[in-house]
Formats: sequence, C-alpha cells, structure tokens
Amino acid sequence: MTAYVVRRLLMLVPVFLAVSVVIFLIIHLIPGDPVDNLIKIGSGPEQRAAIVARYGLDRSLPEQYLIWLAGLVRGDLGTAIVAQRPVSTLIAQALPHSLALGGLSLLVSAGVGIVLGAVAMRYRDGPIDQAIMGGVLLGSTLPTFWLGLLMILLFSVVLGWFPVSGARTWSSLVLPVLTIGLAGTALVVRVTRIAMIEAAQKDFVLLLHAKGLPPSRIRLRHVLRHALTPVVTILALRIGWILGGAVTVEVVFARPGLGTLLIKALNQHDYPVVQACLLMLAMAVMLGTLVGDILQAAIDPRVRANLK
Amino acid sequence: MGLLEVDRLSVGIGRLTLLEEIAFEVDRGEILGLVGESGSGKSLTALAIAGLLPLIGARVTAGAIRFDNTDLTRLDESRLRKFRGRRIAFITQNPMTALDPLQPIGEQVDVVARLHLGLTADVARSRTIEILTQLRIPEAATIYRQYPHQLSGGMKQRVVIAMALAGEPDLIVADEPTTALDVTVQAQIIHLLTSLVRERGLALVLITHDMGVVAQCCDRVAVLYAGRLAEQQGVNALFATPAHPYTHALIDCIPKDGMARDSLTGIAGSVPSVAHFPPGCRFHPRCIGRQSVCETNVPGATALPGGVVSCHFPLNGDQRHG
Ligand SMILES: Nc1ncnc2c1ncn2[C@@H]1O[C@H](COP(=O)(O)OP(=O)(O)OP(=O)(O)O)[C@@H](O)[C@H]1O
Ligand code: SF4
Ligand SMILES: [Mg+2]
Repeated sequence: MTAYVVRRLLMLVPVFLAVSVVIFLIIHLIPGDPVDNLIKIGSGPEQRAAIVARYGLDRSLPEQYLIWLAGLVRGDLGTAIVAQRPVSTLIAQALPHSLALGGLSLLVSAGVGIVLGAVAMRYRDGPIDQAIMGGVLLGSTLPTFWLGLLMILLFSVVLGWFPVSGARTWSSLVLPVLTIGLAGTALVVRVTRIAMIEAAQKDFVLLLHAKGLPPSRIRLRHVLRHALTPVVTILALRIGWILGGAVTVEVVFARPGLGTLLIKALNQHDYPVVQACLLMLAMAVMLGTLVGDILQAAIDPRVRANLK
Repeated sequence: MGLLEVDRLSVGIGRLTLLEEIAFEVDRGEILGLVGESGSGKSLTALAIAGLLPLIGARVTAGAIRFDNTDLTRLDESRLRKFRGRRIAFITQNPMTALDPLQPIGEQVDVVARLHLGLTADVARSRTIEILTQLRIPEAATIYRQYPHQLSGGMKQRVVIAMALAGEPDLIVADEPTTALDVTVQAQIIHLLTSLVRERGLALVLITHDMGVVAQCCDRVAVLYAGRLAEQQGVNALFATPAHPYTHALIDCIPKDGMARDSLTGIAGSVPSVAHFPPGCRFHPRCIGRQSVCETNVPGATALPGGVVSCHFPLNGDQRHG
C-alpha cells in the first residue's frame, strides 16, 4: 500500500509537467499584454522595454517556461506584476481560505449526501424517499451563484444569522459552504441511493439475511460499504468541480481565496498570479483523484490485489 | 412427524401464484431431494423455508411451514431471524457471489456464532478455524484472514457451508450447492454434505436438477413441476416405480455411462412460465400419457404406499418397465 502511494505520487510528476506546459501556453498565447497595465499613459518605448526586460518577456517562450519551472521547483512563483509582491505570498494568504471552504464543502456534500441517500434507499419509493429525491432534483438544477445569493438574502439580510460576506469569523463560512456543498450533495444522494439499491440485490446480501443478521446492520455494514465505491469515485471527480464552485462562491460572498485572487489577476492581466492559481487548482484536482484512488483501495481488497 | 413439514404451501407475488400446495417432510438425519427442471419453483420453495420471500417481493399465501412444531409462516420477522442462520441454514447456488467480497472470510463465519450463540470474538474465531479445518480446508488459520477473491470456487463453497454450520443448525437448505463447480469438486461437496447429515443428524433439503446426485445420496424425493408438486416418494420406490409421467421422464434422462451429462434436456418442450400455465394438469402439453380430462381438470393428490402423486393416470410398476 505504501509502495503504491509512493508510486502514484511519482506518476504525478509527468502529469504535473504536462499540466504546467498547458497552463503556461494558455497564459502566454491568450491576447492581452500585461505590460499595458503597468506603464503609465504617455510613457515612452524605453520605459516599456525596461519593464519587458525585467519580467523576462523579451526571451523566447521555451526559455521563459524553463525559468518559470526552475522557480517553481525552488518554490519561487515569481513576482506579481500589479501587486508587486511575491506570488507565493499571495497564494499562501489565499490558499488556507480556499482549502477550508473546499474541504468543508466536500465534507458536507459527502456527509449529508451519504446519509440522505441511505435514508432514501431505506424508505425507497415511500414519501420520505420522494421528499428527498424532490429536494435533490431542485438542488441539482439551481446554479451555485444563484443559490448563494438566495441564501445571503434569506439568512443574512432577512434573518441576520450569518455575515453577508468576508472571512473574519467561522460563521462566515456557513453560507458559502452550504452553497457549494448543497449542489454537490444532490449528486452524492443520487449516487448513494442507486448504488445501495443495486448492492442490495447482490447474491451475498441474500445470504447475509439467511444468516439472520438484522436488516439495519446489513444495510450499514455491507450494502452501504459497497455503495461507497462509486460515491468515492464521484467525489474524487467532483473535487475540480467543487473548486470551480469555490471560485464563483468566493466572488459572490466577497471572501478572500484562490478564486478571488484568480479573478482579480485575470482582470489585471497579472499573468504570474494567474499561472500560479491555475497550477494550484490543477494540483488540487490531481491530488483529489489520488486520494480517491487510495480510499478505493482501502475499501476494496480486490482493488488492493490489483495494485501489486 | 418430521422436523420440517411443508404443508400445502402456496407462494405468490402480487396476484400471481408461483407455488401451489407444495407438501413434503424431512426428518433429522434425512436428505430430501427437491428436483425439477429450471423454473419449476425449487428456489422459491427454499426461500420460503428460510423465510426470505419478502426479499424478492413474494409471500406465503396459504399453507404452513412447520419446523419443530412451530409454524414459521406465522412468525414475525424478528422472531424468524432467531431461526435463520441458527436452526435453519441456507446454502446458495453460486459460491462465487455468496460471500461479501469486502470482508475477510473469517469474520463472515464468526458473525453467525457471535450473533446466535453469543460467543466472544476470540472464541468465535477459534471455533471458525476449527470448523474450517473439519471441512478439510487446508491452512484454515490463513484462509481465515483472506478475502473471497483469493479462494477457488470449491473453497468458497466450503466457507459457505462453514457459515451454515457455525450456528449449529438442525436443518440445512442447500439450493443447487454444486451447480457452479467443477465436476470433481461437485462430488467432494456432495460427499461433505452427506457425511454431515449422517454424522451430526442434520436434516438436509438438497435442491438439484441432477437425478444422479439424487439417486446417490437422497432418502426421499419431492418432484416439482411448474409450481406444483408432481410426486413425492422414498428414493428407492421413486426410481423403481415412478408414479408420475414427469418423474418417469426425468429418470429416463439420466445419462447412462459414457453419455454426456446434459441431464434434463431429454424431455421435449420446457416448463411453462407463470403467465402461461396451461389449465388442468400443467404437464399435459408435454405428457405422452395425457387424456382429455388432463387438459381441463387439475389432478388431485393420490396417496401411494410411501408417498403421494398428483396425476389422473399414475403409472404403475408394469408401465415403468413396459
Ligand atoms: N421475483 C420473481 N418475480 C416473478 N417471478 C418469479 C420471481 N422469482 C421466481 N419467479 C418465477 O417463479 C418460477 C420458479 O422460480 P424458481 O427460481 O423457484 O425456479 P427453480 O426451480 O429454482 O429454477 P432453477 O433451476 O433455474 O433455479 C419461475 O417461473 C420464475 O420465473
Ligand atoms: S394428469 Fe394427465 S397430463 Fe398430467 S401427468 Fe398425469 S397423465 Fe400426464
Ligand atoms: Mg433455482
């Protein structure tokens, strides 16, 4: 198992390189010149050339990439053109906020989703199931930002329970987490429910009943366990989506974080910051997939057997 | 009176009646063979005895299943669970899918004794290893920790049998326990089950469509056809003088030495499905001895010296040989 984790981490290196090339190219091939934002109106071509030279923009693309990559390896992400501070500092300030938001949203989606899915399966086709599945349908059709605005309106403006925006207190996390989490929950509920219904029809479940085990125990310890495999897969795939959701939600709730940083940098054509943000998001997706695979192996001995 | 008495049992799903007035008995130390072609209702009968019909959405609509003088059909689910796995054990057809692939073998056997006999984890563990050893599973202590996918089909079926034995049952219902296995392993498993019955005085309901196996190890035989009991007799009488034309046909299909073992393909036509049960005797479209009354009237049960037959024109010994 440890050997597997190490091997998987090593396998991420080429993927990381490929992703970094793609991000670099996207940034450098899209139109819009960051230098335009830097020079004051009316300054001459000499000033422009000086700035271009300072950021290495006069070198060839491969050279620029290698310089960037060499910096990355040392943990140096360059200097933000507009903010004039090390990009790593900006990222270090933004990342904890985004991790808290994304991580909690993932936990909420997983926790609430699995519980509701299991309950819906237990009372399959009854009124409880129908109510849950109705809510799920509603939850999966609402766009995240709209849900967020709706919740701000209800809980912050009307009821005054939680802050409207910012990230000063823990309670300011509640609404953003719910906004991202609920949309993800809908999917988890559906997958859990259907995977449990499917697992419950397997042969070995009949034999568990024949052994005289209580049905609740069969559902929780056996059927749900089998259903977790697809749920974990979905959640791992969902990490990128949740981060994307986090980007919009951070803007809607005016929270600091990777999303706000990214949007601001995009507007300012601050390409070192954009590059670094995209790289962070891509790494989160890669690590998320890895964690998903490891969980999969922890659940299913057959997956572990295939690792060897 | 036998340990298990299935008394005019009917089973239905929705408005369909799948089994009608099935009746047979088994006593301790006895093996009852339950035979019939695919779709005749053998598995449903087994599920009914184990009280598992609700799992497939079916229910007992009439009759009784008396086990040690308790009518199981009248027990509620929680009281039924005290019988299941404890006094009545169930072995399913396909050992490949009978075990939970995510749980180590040992725990799956342990749980029966812990649940029903109240053993602690340690005691249950050594007992499981003991049972696995008795079932001639080599290196039981190693197998105990392994997962189902690491075992062969024959080994898995032994584990399933170990699960059945773990509750110290009085009755085992085995639904085609060898169909999914290699021929050599089949013989071993059948031998194993037979010796358990003889040594421990268990009662065994052995579902099979292999008449060879029936002749070899059963004491009594119940023949099902299209959800009804065709005939029930002691094994010697059944093979010597089958009274029902269907039984006769089944016996005729037993491969003789050197013939291929595709045992039941010899009767023309196939078992009708529930929606297409013919009126009168359900076997009449395939019966060579049918007469016009067979097409309209359901044959009642006629007593035989050591059994019962449902046929308007039961065969006698002469016809069997004639
Ligand atoms: N859940 C169900 N819903 C509807 N019909 C069913 C159901 N289960 C079984 N049946 C029908 O009941 C009849 C008897 O089925 P059963 O499984 O008992 O046959 P069997 O004798 O065990 O056959 P096999 O040798 O193939 O295992 C079949 O016609 C089958 O189609
Ligand atoms: S009742 Fe008639 S059709 Fe049915 S088995 Fe007997 S002889 Fe054949
Ligand atoms: Mg069957």
